Amino acid sequence: MSDTTKKFLYLNRKAPYGTIYALESLEVVLIGAAFEQDVALAFVDDGVYQITKGQDTAGIGVKNFSPTYSALGDYDVNKIYVEKESLEARGLTVDDLLDLKYEDEDDDWAEKDSIRVVTAQELADIMDEQDVILSF
Amino acid sequence: MKFGILINEGPYQHQASDTAYNFVKAALDKGHEIFRIFFYHDGVNNGTRFTVPPQDDRNIQVRWSELAEKHGLDLVICIAAAQRRGIMDEDEAKRQGIDGNNIAPGFRISGLGQLIEAGIQADRLVVFGD
Repeated sequence: MSDTTKKFLYLNRKAPYGTIYALESLEVVLIGAAFEQDVALAFVDDGVYQITKGQDTAGIGVKNFSPTYSALGDYDVNKIYVEKESLEARGLTVDDLLDLKYEDEDDDWAEKDSIRVVTAQELADIMDEQDVILSF
Repeated sequence: MKFGILINEGPYQHQASDTAYNFVKAALDKGHEIFRIFFYHDGVNNGTRFTVPPQDDRNIQVRWSELAEKHGLDLVICIAAAQRRGIMDEDEAKRQGIDGNNIAPGFRISGLGQLIEAGIQADRLVVFGD
């Protein structure tokens, strides 16, 4: 698609159903995967709720799109950063999050966790390394 | 420098489109290049020619259309976001069986790949949103 590879970070900051940012961010990630860039996702603030497990939207009549996150590993999107402080402020731990996995082609396709819990400072350093940050 | 611009909010409700407009104008005045301006989320509502704001206020859509014509800017509306919000060009209206279109001059409807391409091609992608 392109001979340039850049580091893209999708920064997700908002809860999944109160606004459409989360769903439309995920749509960009899926389309963007075809461009074979170096992609990472980060979840901060209420954005951490986007990848909590056990989401049930039956009562609000909105499509539950959280199963789609589990497909990201198949799109070579396997760097998913979650800010530690945002989890703690909401009484959440990594056990409350979806079990997102990918198969590492450099390690005999071993199944590995995509989610990496990082501190705000570590996330700031990660953001500093990016070429493009799409903030939703 | 070559800039890509992403606008994620609709006109009047939010300052994102105004701020982006002022940024783009200032960048062009300084001799920078604007690779593309991509409208996403409610930002697609910047591209309907059916807005009629009070005469003593700015017309955000007309301002974009005029700037695009003057500088040959590429104003791209995301098709998926546009379909949800009723922004139509002639082709899309025909395809969807809708009895009219409302896209403003200088805007075009295309896919999200255009946003990713802007991220790849531009030196900086600047996001204007909430």
